[in-house]
Amino acid sequence: MLTDILDRHRRDGTRLMQILREAQEALGWLSPATITAIASGIGWPRAKVEGTASFYSFFHTRPMGEYRVLWSDNITDRMLGNLDLMQAMCQKLWLEPGRVSEDGLVSVDTTSCTGMCDQGPAVLVNYRAIPRMTRERVELMVELIRARKPLADWPADWFVIEDNIRRADILLGNRMAPGEALGAALAAGADAMLAEIRTSQLRGRGGAGFATGLKWEACRQARGTAHYVICNADEGEPGTFKDRVLLTRQPDLVFEGMTIAAHIIGARRGYVYLRGEYRYLLESLESVLAARRAAGLLGADILGKGFDFDIEIHLGAGAYVCGEESALIESLEGKRGVPRNRPPYPVTHGFLNQPTVVNNVETFAAAALIAARGGDWYRSFGTPRSAGTKILSVSGDCARPGVYEYPFGVSVRQVLADCGAHDSQAVQISGPSGICIGPDEFDRRIAFEDIPTAGAFMIFDIRRDIFDVVRNFIHFFAHESCGFCTPCRVGTTLLKNLMDKIAAGHGTRYDIDEIYQLNRVLRTAAHCGLGHTAANPLVHTLEKFRPAYERRLKSMEFEPAFDLDAALSEARQMTGRDDAGAHLATDTENAR
Amino acid sequence: MTEARKFRIATASLAGCFGCHMSFLDIDEKLLDLLQLVDFDRTPLTDIKTIGLRGPCDIGLIEGGVCNAENVHVLREFRAHCKILVAMGACAVNGGLPAQRNHLDLRDILSEVYHTEAGLAHGGIPNDPELPLPLNEVHPIHEVVKVDYFLPGCPPPADAIWKFLTDLIAGRTPRLGHGLLRYD
Ligand SMILES: Cc1cc2nc3c(=O)[nH]c(=O)nc-3n(C[C@H](O)[C@H](O)[C@H](O)COP(=O)(O)O)c2cc1C
Ligand code: SF4
Ligand code: SF4
Repeated sequence: MLTDILDRHRRDGTRLMQILREAQEALGWLSPATITAIASGIGWPRAKVEGTASFYSFFHTRPMGEYRVLWSDNITDRMLGNLDLMQAMCQKLWLEPGRVSEDGLVSVDTTSCTGMCDQGPAVLVNYRAIPRMTRERVELMVELIRARKPLADWPADWFVIEDNIRRADILLGNRMAPGEALGAALAAGADAMLAEIRTSQLRGRGGAGFATGLKWEACRQARGTAHYVICNADEGEPGTFKDRVLLTRQPDLVFEGMTIAAHIIGARRGYVYLRGEYRYLLESLESVLAARRAAGLLGADILGKGFDFDIEIHLGAGAYVCGEESALIESLEGKRGVPRNRPPYPVTHGFLNQPTVVNNVETFAAAALIAARGGDWYRSFGTPRSAGTKILSVSGDCARPGVYEYPFGVSVRQVLADCGAHDSQAVQISGPSGICIGPDEFDRRIAFEDIPTAGAFMIFDIRRDIFDVVRNFIHFFAHESCGFCTPCRVGTTLLKNLMDKIAAGHGTRYDIDEIYQLNRVLRTAAHCGLGHTAANPLVHTLEKFRPAYERRLKSMEFEPAFDLDAALSEARQMTGRDDAGAHLATDTENAR
Repeated sequence: MTEARKFRIATASLAGCFGCHMSFLDIDEKLLDLLQLVDFDRTPLTDIKTIGLRGPCDIGLIEGGVCNAENVHVLREFRAHCKILVAMGACAVNGGLPAQRNHLDLRDILSEVYHTEAGLAHGGIPNDPELPLPLNEVHPIHEVVKVDYFLPGCPPPADAIWKFLTDLIAGRTPRLGHGLLRYD
């Protein structure tokens, strides 16, 4: 079995992630013997293979049960009651979260946002997504697990993922036939096409907003033995799910955009880095690729123009940091997803150290649209400084969560009205690493010049405690920190501990000061964007929702982190003492 | 021109091994320079037993973590009398070696030592009110009082202590550069 998998991947170490995933799907877990066999199969040191296997949370080097149930733990899942449901499931299974049942049948745990925020609470069962969990589903699921029913025999409607497109514009609403944009691009030629992309003023949709034309031009000019195109479909920012919908409804447009990019920069190979949570999309995407090959839109001699290009899908394994482009490339090479030093940037030194373009799913789709309709046409949508449209993933407290495509410049208030949100007190835009705004800012606009966003739009109404929201976010960052650099590895955990201390009622003004201090350290000393932005939700909400913190503080003065008198309980019990010296006053007069 | 007021420094060893104080003395002849700048209040070096009798202190250096009720009292007194309180050494910063007992239940430790262990099982577990009771766990000092600065190392090198103190006295935020910043 292992030999088959290794052979299928040509014993190529850069394909290690796929080898590990397939081995795990076949064998249940990655045993020491499996890892040894894979290492010798690809000719890598064993430690390096184990390093990769241990980095990703979807790979396990110990058995995690025949059924692994992971509850998505974004704040939106929390608001829909995921923890109660998980608790109920654990009770029925006589299980503690994180533990494997004694008979080795099942384990239940939480995982970072799985991108089903508009249809939560969601779970992954053996890495297959099941949204809309209810108490009834929990009960039936427990029975199915106990009966050891294979997933293929579970109710098929459980696995249906809704697209929930609530507002479509030029991108989601287009009805182009496969090949239309590509045909136009090949007819125009690479130079003219690049000029069109530049004219369109398209900027990256993955968060940083870098000018796409400039990126492609730099890559085209960079020297190398081969050039590569990578589509970033890692979509790990909690609250973001628009790439999932694009890959479901417009996969041809995305692949077409990649092919056009390849033609411009001179690439023969492209990769889609698809997050492991979207494993269920793999087969349908493969069949779209196969259809494109059959139609002459992919593979050798595309459209008879002597241009060769093909695309492969690479599945991630549950690591948010792999959305960062250089960590993504490391992962694509079979390694741990640790961000590289930048510069050099991927456009000159990317995949296998060769010139590489990395773009978000939506960026490629927009580029295909531009190829068909022209840069000037595209620029006529949006604002003068933000051309085109942006797809938002709307979730949280509103009547119609889902995907909304707007021309840039739409106000937050408009979005709230369209999705049926009432009594909103805060909107978290662009995910935990983005910004949190309150009602006095609802007239601000979604645009690079005002509120830039990768797409997440999470709404919290007045019933919600903003402190809980932020605490969920910092737990996310502490969990997802890749651990490579100390400021982030330690800093995110310290922030998490501080928020837990405040939540437990031991917080003080000094803890608030400490949050600001740690924010400075992370901003200046962390190695990548994850660390730089990890304290954002705390700092933003301390500015705008300070009382949510203050009412939890035990006092404005210093407070011990634990109950001092209770800390003498065991010694009192053992000595039988109860005199004054056997107690500690908890008043803090002496403690300043 | 008025002569600059001398800094008052107090030091204490809680649940520590005195290694940090030894390292402090290792600044050798610079101790004489230091004495030009500072007076010592309560410290094992002067044998003054009560802090703050001669006015407030500027700097308190604490070695060792908090393992019993007396440590809590001493630490609180230091906090009340010192403008700047410093956690000196690994034990004060994060509990250090004594905190190795935290994974054991204190009750088990006491029975093991006073009931089971041969040779010691004479009077049972001591319950004299003169003796401070141990805490269930050993804690770093910042979990009990507000701490202004942390000086890591086990012990911090003498040069680090010297640099740290001279920075503080000169009004600079102490910065321990390469070679002075140690985690063990
Ligand atoms: C921690 C971190 C996570 C990221 N996650 C994603 C992601 O999931 N999807 C994405 O397109 N970009 C993500 N990015 C941004 C990418 O590094 C990169 O800028 C982007 O893929 C470039 O594509 P674009 O120019 O089309 O936006 C992330 C960045 C950081 C620092
Ligand atoms: S900032 Fe965090 S995620 Fe980024 S490299 Fe450092 S530890 Fe890893
Ligand atoms: S830090 Fe080291 S030298 Fe200082 S008291 Fe603790 S064990 Fe002793």
